[in-house]
Amino acid sequence: MTGAELMVKSLEAEDVKYVFGYPGVAICPFYDAILDSEIKTVLIRTEQNAAHSASGMARMTGKPGVCAVTSGPGATNLITGIATAFADSIPLVCITGQVNSELIGSDVFQEADITGAVESFVKYSYLVKDAKELPRIFKEAFYIANSGRRGPVLIDVPIDVQQAEAGDFEYPEEVKLRTYKPTVKGNVLQIKKTINQLEKAKRPLICVGGGVSLSGAQEELKALAEEFRIPVVSTMMGISVMPTEHPLYYGMVGNNGFPWANRAMNEADLIMMVGARVADRAVNQPERVMKDTVLIHIDVDPAEIGKNAGATIPIVGDAKHILKEISEYEMDGEFDGWIKSLDEYRRTMPLTRTPDPAFVDPAEFIRRLSLKLEDNAVYVADVGQNQIWSCKYHVVRNGRFLTTGGMGTMGYSIPAAVGAKLACPDRQVVAVCGDGSFQMSMMELATMSQYGVKVKIIVLKNDYLGMVRQYQHFTYKDRYSVVDIAGNPELEHIAAAYGMKFLSIENMEGLDEKLDELLSKDESCLCRCIIDPMDLV
Amino acid sequence: MRRIFSVLVENRSGVLSKVAGLFSRRSFNIDSLAVGETEDNAVSLMTIMSSGTEQTLEQIEKQLNKKLDVIKVKTFDESRAVSRELMLVKVKCTKGNRREIMEICEVMKAEIVDMSEHLMILQICDTPDKIKLMLSLLSQISIVEVARTGTLALQKCMDD
Repeated sequence: MTGAELMVKSLEAEDVKYVFGYPGVAICPFYDAILDSEIKTVLIRTEQNAAHSASGMARMTGKPGVCAVTSGPGATNLITGIATAFADSIPLVCITGQVNSELIGSDVFQEADITGAVESFVKYSYLVKDAKELPRIFKEAFYIANSGRRGPVLIDVPIDVQQAEAGDFEYPEEVKLRTYKPTVKGNVLQIKKTINQLEKAKRPLICVGGGVSLSGAQEELKALAEEFRIPVVSTMMGISVMPTEHPLYYGMVGNNGFPWANRAMNEADLIMMVGARVADRAVNQPERVMKDTVLIHIDVDPAEIGKNAGATIPIVGDAKHILKEISEYEMDGEFDGWIKSLDEYRRTMPLTRTPDPAFVDPAEFIRRLSLKLEDNAVYVADVGQNQIWSCKYHVVRNGRFLTTGGMGTMGYSIPAAVGAKLACPDRQVVAVCGDGSFQMSMMELATMSQYGVKVKIIVLKNDYLGMVRQYQHFTYKDRYSVVDIAGNPELEHIAAAYGMKFLSIENMEGLDEKLDELLSKDESCLCRCIIDPMDLV
Repeated sequence: MRRIFSVLVENRSGVLSKVAGLFSRRSFNIDSLAVGETEDNAVSLMTIMSSGTEQTLEQIEKQLNKKLDVIKVKTFDESRAVSRELMLVKVKCTKGNRREIMEICEVMKAEIVDMSEHLMILQICDTPDKIKLMLSLLSQISIVEVARTGTLALQKCMDD
């Protein structure tokens, strides 16, 4: 077999269903070999989105998403997508073609040192020199990407290595890496200490991050919160771990979070962080919030513990295991008074929005949209004001909420929604973006049309880069610089050009009927909502 | 605070740049770096001296451990280590100061390893403090070139 055939066989051995990518000469042997496989290929319209689509797929399947692009500009275009996946700990296996190995270093056509360029955004990378090593490298790459703290792994394969004869395919049974042994089970002693501290606590709080979804521990988390009656808040990446309307759930914390959730963080005497980094957007001043607080920090990555806040009890391991182990203990502790006061905060700290009735109110729109969505719908939020509204007002029941909280890459929602929909064709998938983020990925409407991917795209249109405008409003006293995007295309024509249904919502009148029209048929739809350009999150 | 990181790594191309890249990416200091093969030629030892707050030093260790090419990280304070550095110094010499240079060498246990009419190369292998002292003594005389290995260190036997 050739190296390229070994690559495809390896992907088959990993049960890969889709490869997102964009070909070029240096990856052509691979794209030729994949024609003889059951694996489906998706031609994405720009490489960055191949990584985002793979990310959407990975988040829905729990397995690494795969993308394959060519050398040079193909590979460098992929970088933002890789960095996004890295910041959000999403498992990806990214394959890049490379120029002939004899020519590496001589700056030939479409040569880029991609392993060098992505070093600080990948969990690991390989530059393959011998085709015989491909099965071992693929086995390792899938294992590394999807164990421990998840993340992207890049495999750079020179064209001559793809073409080389490399013998029969034999996929290794197991991975042998002496330098990589992620901790799964939590330390028993630390877990006992946790129980002791919980028994002493008067105002305990669980703060969940993206790590809970990545470990597939949503059920365990909910069970633990219910068993011990501990209230829960979440970071942006932790949204959809708990159903929004669960009585013990108080929503998102942080700069853009709910005031009562932040108050809960400030008043708690014990915080159990699960799969969260205590990063700046969630906990603005960790030294202040955590000063007199017992911090139990559960994370699979030991480097995250103590990085932004010193933990009283660090527990390294997989959230699913640890939460289950904690639940097995009996715990005396009664927090109903604390829960009551949190309910009171939520009741008495209303969100003051005064929407202009001439426009669609994005907050109310998102709330009503989410109530109309199917129970297990997948909601993909982009970046900008739209992201914050989505985080605050989307009501999650049994669905998923996907967004990029770490890198905050505009244009994420459409390609990620494409990946999510292909992973779960039976589930409703909506992408909600602004008119700025929409234009960063609108080329993917072609991908949707070509492969029949039925995603509902909602564009909150205000003719501004709203989040930056809002920042300039506060910080530069309305001196707006480079945030006016009035040259926007007419979205109706865009939809028509791609053969998509179009829907326009100009104000709140008859919103429910409009939403029914949007969601009733299993078809892709581009929906434009005109929102107040001066609105603030 | 200053600490020594003794890092066993896979002896593969690109590993040095990955480790050095980690330090620059996260704004960690490298005060000194020395790399060489160990008794196993598949494994290299990197001796890195770094300084920073206790929290930074802890992060350095944790981040190094995350690198897949890193086999083992040991950290210890200078006081718990035997450390040595080798330095070669080329100095200008004249008939007038030759005696003085030789005296410095004698006191500092340095050797003259090469010389011509106007130049000398001195070699000293000692602790980082002595190397510093040697340099300051020689700065009175005109230094032409200096080559240093960076600090090598092993944890003291009692602590291991």
